[in-house]
Amino acid sequence: MDDDQRTGWSRRSFLGVSLGALPVLGWATASLRAIRVPLAGSSLAAAPLPVALNVNGVSRQILIDPRVTLLEALRDNLELPGTKEGCDHGQCGACTVLVDGRRTLSCLTLGVAAGGRKITTVEGLATEQGLHPVQAAFLENDAFQCGYCTPGQIMSAVGLLAEGCPGEPDAIRECMSGNICRCGAYPNIVAAIQQARGAAGSKGA
Amino acid sequence: MNPFSYARVSTSAAAVDAAARETGSAYLAGGTTLIDLMQLEVVNPATLVDVSAVPLARIEALPGGGLRLGALARNSDVARHPAVLERYPVLSEAILSGASAQIRNMATTGGNLLQRTRCYYFRDVASPCNKRSPGTGCSAIGGYNRIHAVLGTSQNCIASFPGDMPVALAALDAVIRTRKPHGGERTIPIDAFYVSYGDDPARETVLEHGELITAVDLPAAGWLAHSHYLKVRDRASYEFALASAAVALDVQSGRVRQARIALGGVATKPWRAVEAEKALIGSAPGAAAFGAAAEAALHGARPQTHNGFKVELGKRTLTRALERVAAGGTA
Repeated sequence: MDDDQRTGWSRRSFLGVSLGALPVLGWATASLRAIRVPLAGSSLAAAPLPVALNVNGVSRQILIDPRVTLLEALRDNLELPGTKEGCDHGQCGACTVLVDGRRTLSCLTLGVAAGGRKITTVEGLATEQGLHPVQAAFLENDAFQCGYCTPGQIMSAVGLLAEGCPGEPDAIRECMSGNICRCGAYPNIVAAIQQARGAAGSKGA
Repeated sequence: MNPFSYARVSTSAAAVDAAARETGSAYLAGGTTLIDLMQLEVVNPATLVDVSAVPLARIEALPGGGLRLGALARNSDVARHPAVLERYPVLSEAILSGASAQIRNMATTGGNLLQRTRCYYFRDVASPCNKRSPGTGCSAIGGYNRIHAVLGTSQNCIASFPGDMPVALAALDAVIRTRKPHGGERTIPIDAFYVSYGDDPARETVLEHGELITAVDLPAAGWLAHSHYLKVRDRASYEFALASAAVALDVQSGRVRQARIALGGVATKPWRAVEAEKALIGSAPGAAAFGAAAEAALHGARPQTHNGFKVELGKRTLTRALERVAAGGTA
């Protein structure tokens, strides 16, 4: 007897319930964020600061509490939810973005400290010509299951290509060790990065 | 995170002025330790002085043949620098064995010297901790202490130093350059930079409030190219050391002329093992000499309930690192 029969759950019905539960999760997230807002408005709060964030080639001026991380500023202030919050402590890599071309953890970067830097998120990779080669390689290699860590994996892989990581699977695993995938899609992630490396190499990049 | 005020400065003079004005100030550079601890409310500065725009990121040759690492040189830039790879492989290996590519892109040379312990109780504000809240007691002594130190501990604190790069810098006899508030600079040999825990585990270095690290100087000695960093941990990557060893050997005519040894993962600070170095000088590199050095390095170790394995692991880690350098390989 397989797990589905024993529990009476199928993957399909589980997904259905999960999707049905999303609004609840969304509410929970919103209420957690709401808890932060009164804190920011308390008499102890430092004054919000103006900061110009240059994200995906567009500069936008926002006013944020100094405590707001770059991750929160991207998702909540700039409404770019592609960058994900995982552990919020620099241990999982889900929040990886490029800052001045280098892969960086947005959860450990203050929004106010990112002013003037060139920030690239997963929303900024594709062009009118189509997907970024790393995005295309992730699709072609089925390099994800639930997809939550995927934007961080992709941004980390784009940063990796610029750093000159060797192409052997073990080397790629080491270069990508800052990105955790709880689904365990690692073999296909490695294959996708190998493919993207080859594509980048053939273009002389 | 508790509220704080934020100021970005563009010169080291402005940085020390701003930091000295406030008793609760802290410098922000890469933020990989500080922002994490602020999220946990373990560290709660009233003012952050962001020094990341101060021009201190250069890596440059020194007139006498040494190398100067700017305090804001990123870990990834130091690890990949040709002069570091060629002349101080132990430093490159130590950096690349630590954290992840993202964190190495963010973390700076100066900030990495000040990395805080991963002691579970230090990071948990609900637990008594003499390092976080002096006088409240140590939860790790008598608690769960598998990752804790066996060298340099006191009855007040057994927290281990978690870093890799500073262990290599200890073996290299690096010198830390600082700028002090109200003018003045000083140079601090790394061996004098970290303080023993003694009665005040909250104090980890000799830095005064507002004193800013500006650079780290590496000596010119050519034999430091024969060096290696070996790290042993619970998983293959992105994990703190249970035990590590940074070693350099100068072997001439079959005898050890000079040796440098520092240990990580097992001690309360980057642990220079001077007695182990003495045990090697004049001997023929090999199992007998390396075994004697390992015994000397861990002499006086005080294991706790769950970390007794670190004594033997520390010895074996050091022995293997010495074997690799003596064999001429660093990989």
